Amino acid sequence: MARLSVNRLSKAFAGTPVLRGVDLEVASGSLVAVLGASGSGKTTLLRLLSGFERTDSGLIEIDGQTVSSPGVHLAPEKRRIGYVAQEGSLFPHLSVADNVAFGLPRAERRNRWKVEALLASVDLPVSYASRAPHQLSGGEQQRLALARALAPAPKLVLLDEPFSSLDAALRVETRQAVSAALAASGATALLVTHDQSEALAMGLQVAVLRRGVMAQIATPEILYRQPIDIAMARFVGEAVILPGTVRGGAALCALGRLPLARPAQDGLVDVMARPEQIRFPSRPNVDAPRARVLSVTFYGHDASVLLELEASAERVMSLVPGYRAPRPGEDVHLRVEGTVMAYPRADNGTESAEPLPSRISQLPMEPLSVGLLGIKEDLP
Amino acid sequence: MAATASASQAGVEAAGVRAVVARPPAALVAAALVGATLVLLPILYTIAEAVSVDFRDAAGLLFRPLVARLLLNTVSLVIAASFATAVIGTAAAWLVERMDLPGRNVWSALLAAPLAIPPFVTSYAWVSMSNELQDFAGALLVVTFAYYPLVYLPVAAALRGLDPALEETARSLGESAWGCFLRVVLPQLRPALLGGALLVALDTLTEFGAFALLRFRTFTTELYAQYRTGLAGPETSLLALVLVALCLALLFAEFRVRGDARYARVGVGARRMSTPAALGWARFPVLAALGALAVATLGVPIGMIDYWLFQHAQAAISPAAPSSPALAQALLNSVGYGLFGAAAALLMASPIGYLAVRFPSRWTVLIERAAYLAQGVPGIVVALALISLTVQWVGPLYQSPALLVLAYAILFLPLALVSVRATLTQIPPGLEEAARSLGQNSASVAWRVVAPLAANGLGAGAALVFIFVSTELTATLLLSPIGTRTLATEVWANTSSVAFAAAAPFAALMLCLSFAVTWLFANRLSRAAFAGWS
Repeated sequence: MARLSVNRLSKAFAGTPVLRGVDLEVASGSLVAVLGASGSGKTTLLRLLSGFERTDSGLIEIDGQTVSSPGVHLAPEKRRIGYVAQEGSLFPHLSVADNVAFGLPRAERRNRWKVEALLASVDLPVSYASRAPHQLSGGEQQRLALARALAPAPKLVLLDEPFSSLDAALRVETRQAVSAALAASGATALLVTHDQSEALAMGLQVAVLRRGVMAQIATPEILYRQPIDIAMARFVGEAVILPGTVRGGAALCALGRLPLARPAQDGLVDVMARPEQIRFPSRPNVDAPRARVLSVTFYGHDASVLLELEASAERVMSLVPGYRAPRPGEDVHLRVEGTVMAYPRADNGTESAEPLPSRISQLPMEPLSVGLLGIKEDLP
Repeated sequence: MAATASASQAGVEAAGVRAVVARPPAALVAAALVGATLVLLPILYTIAEAVSVDFRDAAGLLFRPLVARLLLNTVSLVIAASFATAVIGTAAAWLVERMDLPGRNVWSALLAAPLAIPPFVTSYAWVSMSNELQDFAGALLVVTFAYYPLVYLPVAAALRGLDPALEETARSLGESAWGCFLRVVLPQLRPALLGGALLVALDTLTEFGAFALLRFRTFTTELYAQYRTGLAGPETSLLALVLVALCLALLFAEFRVRGDARYARVGVGARRMSTPAALGWARFPVLAALGALAVATLGVPIGMIDYWLFQHAQAAISPAAPSSPALAQALLNSVGYGLFGAAAALLMASPIGYLAVRFPSRWTVLIERAAYLAQGVPGIVVALALISLTVQWVGPLYQSPALLVLAYAILFLPLALVSVRATLTQIPPGLEEAARSLGQNSASVAWRVVAPLAANGLGAGAALVFIFVSTELTATLLLSPIGTRTLATEVWANTSSVAFAAAAPFAALMLCLSFAVTWLFANRLSRAAFAGWS
């Protein structure tokens, strides 16, 4: 149990900067999820923390002790950082019990009681102790890797995409077991992932790593509901973006006058709402915007609905429970529940961060499944 | 699938980087450098000696009939042997891999087996059968029969790896079976075929015992003769330099061929196994031909040794029946030097291999390449250089067991390095990192993670080196301490004095040892050394 503090951490490989001044604080005993697209520097961050690579500049402190700085490099084995790798990295020549006991002091390695307690802490049956690691399922292997990492009572546990090799159903189950085991051990933990739903579900805080810097660090709810810019909004989930204006503390757009989650200056803005905020009330207000259903993608427990607004012909996406999915061609009334975000436009009509598709139909449809079903976008 | 993709992605991210960044431990680099230096020492010494000869003297010594004759002998034999082994090896591989040959598994074992017989034993068998077999024809016959597996094995492996769909596509595009072989199959086999043939050429260049018994003069036999007659001088070092130059040229050609040895498979989809073609009536002549090959390559050596084992009456040809103590002593020496040689080669190869696998960079690649140079230095050159060096600088080492073991380690370093490299490549670096993060220092990681995981692969590598060391002749003849006799030197000594019957028991023991270890080694390899690796 210890506090992790990362200060202006930078690292370049062959002249190409990968991390450019990362700041991160992880409170003792908490779990922070680091979310980043591939190539954002997640793996490099973990390798620097665990001491497999040397830092270029910046500072890493664990519990007040400097482990990495330009002049200091504490060897990996002296940092007391548990590491759970993507592929588990279980020792194939050792039994389950010997894997768990690997990092224990010599005298404790034969302590059956201790090993059994560790296995139990990750929900693995004690009868597995004498098995070979490859006889375990993927999820069990990951839990075993966690038990092995927790065994020497590390100050900090790093988890490098530990669920990415598991299929969807197993992932949820393993995630819960890992969360529970981490919470029970009281260890400070850092989870690295490129899966938005995983980061939101597991982190007390989520830190988004973008182009080598921490773009936003917030609780999952704040991150999802109040992302700092449009790119962030898109990265952590599906977003409906409409042009509008802010006046008198509310946003005006084709969906009506909407309350703001965060105050914004009056002027031209892009309004961001989440698809699940757009509902089809059975008793709509008189001034409720009307839309026609263009298409419906049915996922089972929910369905995404592509709508064309009657007034402006703009297209928006809505997410509704599966059993309430409308039919294509149907006309519906809309209501936006909750608050929205407004991002000022840099100058008239164009957006500052990156060019936006002007119509929602041009948005990629595929990643919609990502946040909703827990199916991770993964490369074949 | 998804896991593999993201894992390899992370791997690329990490690997592309680590080459530039990670600094290998100084002790490891030092150990690797010692190995590489020991390998380079004989080459550099040979070059230095030859260069120190006055230029005009050197020209006079090089441009004379003897050198021309040696060059003609050697080069013509190398070319003929490469060609003959290429044809026989490829044909045999094709028949076993692509035809519905009865007993394919047995044939593939029989065709590879001659590798376990040292060429000078093959030579002994043929020489003792007939006096007619001498000079070029005999040398070509012996070398071809001893070395064709060097072509057969890689070509067979390449044939197994070929995508049959390519051939089917060629046929569907209107190509005949023969045209398909020439235009589609052969080009794909080229790296394996060329690589194998170049290895044959290299081994032919460096072979000594077989040619000496056949009275066929090459650079190696000439070097040995000059050393024995005490004429070793500038002339010897110049001859050695010519030989080393030829060898290194071949070695570089082999590097080049192996470098672009892989043709990428374009497209997706799982690969099918090819369906063996029906031999039909041709099965009988084919079986007869393969049978004849097996008889010539295995039957003759084993049969002749067997024959001479029971010729006690031939006192005229065998002056003294070898005693059991002499046999036991020679066996003990062969096994002992084999063990020490294998251990020394592995010890020397391990830091070089670890450095090359875990810390790839320009420098570590250079060190590894230097180690592979040993493959291109004939045993006789290494031995002569070591003799001169020890006599001049470290007298006590001369004719000591340690020097002989060192020579073995240098000669078989490439062999050991190949297995060290292959073994270490199979151990994911994540395991070592996991152990480090669990609080183990590098020594502990080496002992608790790397050693147990590498044990199987290194054991197999050690067995291979053991076979070669325990049957090695050239360096053993020149460097063994006075009075030390191994199975190989006993076979040599008796055969040179035409005591074929006396040589037989030593040769028999040597083959038993070699086949036994090969069998163990093959068993080890076939057992999935890393079962259940995820």
